[in-house]
Amino acid sequence: MKKNLPLIVAFASGLLILIAGFIPHKPFGMLEETLTNWFMIISSFAILLGQISLIQANVTRVAHRSPNWQYYLAGLISFAGMVVFGLLWGMEKTPGILGHGEGISQNLGSKPFDYIFDYIYMPLSATMFSLLAFYIASAAYRAFIIRNFESNLLMITAVIVMLGRTSFATWITSWIPDSWGILQLPRLTDFIMQYPNTAAQRAILISAALGVVGSSLRIILGIERSYLGGGK
Amino acid sequence: MKADRTLIERRIVFLVLALAVALPLIFPLGLRTKGTPLTKKAYDLVDQTPTGSVVILSFDYDPSTVTELQPMAQAILEHAWKKGHKVIATAMWPQGSQMADMAFENVQAKLGQKEYGRDYINLGYKVGGMVVIQGMGRNFKTVFPKDTSGLNYEDIPLLKTVKSLRDIKYVVSLSAGDPGLKDWVLTAHDKYGVSVAGGTTAVSAPGFLPYVNDQKQLYGLMGGLKAAAEYELLMEYEGPASLNMNPQSVAHVLILVLIAIGNIKAWRKRKAALKSGEVANG
Repeated sequence: MKKNLPLIVAFASGLLILIAGFIPHKPFGMLEETLTNWFMIISSFAILLGQISLIQANVTRVAHRSPNWQYYLAGLISFAGMVVFGLLWGMEKTPGILGHGEGISQNLGSKPFDYIFDYIYMPLSATMFSLLAFYIASAAYRAFIIRNFESNLLMITAVIVMLGRTSFATWITSWIPDSWGILQLPRLTDFIMQYPNTAAQRAILISAALGVVGSSLRIILGIERSYLGGGK
Repeated sequence: MKADRTLIERRIVFLVLALAVALPLIFPLGLRTKGTPLTKKAYDLVDQTPTGSVVILSFDYDPSTVTELQPMAQAILEHAWKKGHKVIATAMWPQGSQMADMAFENVQAKLGQKEYGRDYINLGYKVGGMVVIQGMGRNFKTVFPKDTSGLNYEDIPLLKTVKSLRDIKYVVSLSAGDPGLKDWVLTAHDKYGVSVAGGTTAVSAPGFLPYVNDQKQLYGLMGGLKAAAEYELLMEYEGPASLNMNPQSVAHVLILVLIAIGNIKAWRKRKAALKSGEVANG
């Protein structure tokens, strides 16, 4: 029963949604609406589950003094801090347990939760993403080497597209007459993106869609059971 | 010894890149970018929509991609407000709601105060991606019974005429991944026939190009900071995206130079190896 019940639920839900896609009338339309509402509720619980899992994983590492346990502790303290500030004084428009915290907001310029979000979380998050540029630059220098025909082709395309995406592009090829306009870097970049790239992307999309259909059918029919957990 | 050399080389690359980004920020080069048809299409969608229309800006990103997507969001919001559109902000990412608040605040600082609840509303984040959009297509109120400040749906004047997605004139999704633009295209456009335009990070834009087709699944597509600068250009002002295009352009050129240096080095190495092989073979 433990194994069969989830399989029956998956089969019935999958089949209902599938039928509702073709017959969006009563009772299928109504059932689809109910199922999708359930999905949103279940997804909300997934957030809670994620938070519990985060706390458990980090507490265990700190308790066992795992390598770099200090970072996990910092993560836990940050998590707790945001929860406490959010609960006590709320966010921009919403009050917390202690109301809007006018006094503290006056000193900081905004509520503690918003202050931390604007001046700590946001710059840190953007910085982490920006660090990618340094790794890309370093990798480009060390690894983007012409070795054969394919890598040569990739290199030429990369140079055209990268240069075409800069503000220098117009200036570099502005001397090319309009009758040869396709050779102007911005237009050449657009051509590469619009034709060879789109053709390849479309092929990838169609293959991926067929793959999704295949794996969805396997789940509905109970052939694919990895989502139940416990190995195969 | 070789490891030391690699480490030093990497540090030099990092230092040069830092300078390449910092110097054009301090001393702007005054470079101007050229518009592309994809950005123009997105601009036209906003421009040709009648005054008083209710539209959705979906903030499907978080602070990590704020540099690319926030200027885009602000330029579109400014355009929509200038055209007299009433803007509903939604978010498929948890922190998208704060990104929306930031955009509303910055554009109001430029255009003057707008009335919350009449000119714009922030409905906040809802978990579920595509399923949330499907829910909005059936009944907006069941998905968003309240806004982020706790106002009830029926007490918000802007939402009086909105029963489902079909009452929305267009959707612009600023998207950094999944859930995001793809879900809006497949649901809001393909299922409910709402015009959808999008803005994405430069790295994910090529993947969305197949949706810009004759069926207008995607009405226009803005990819990265360059597209944001193009939108600002179409709006006839130089905003953060136009200014940030300077360091980005210099960084791109620097990366190309680094690729060239790396290849020259590899070629010389191969040549030396070939020569030493010939010597060894007599």
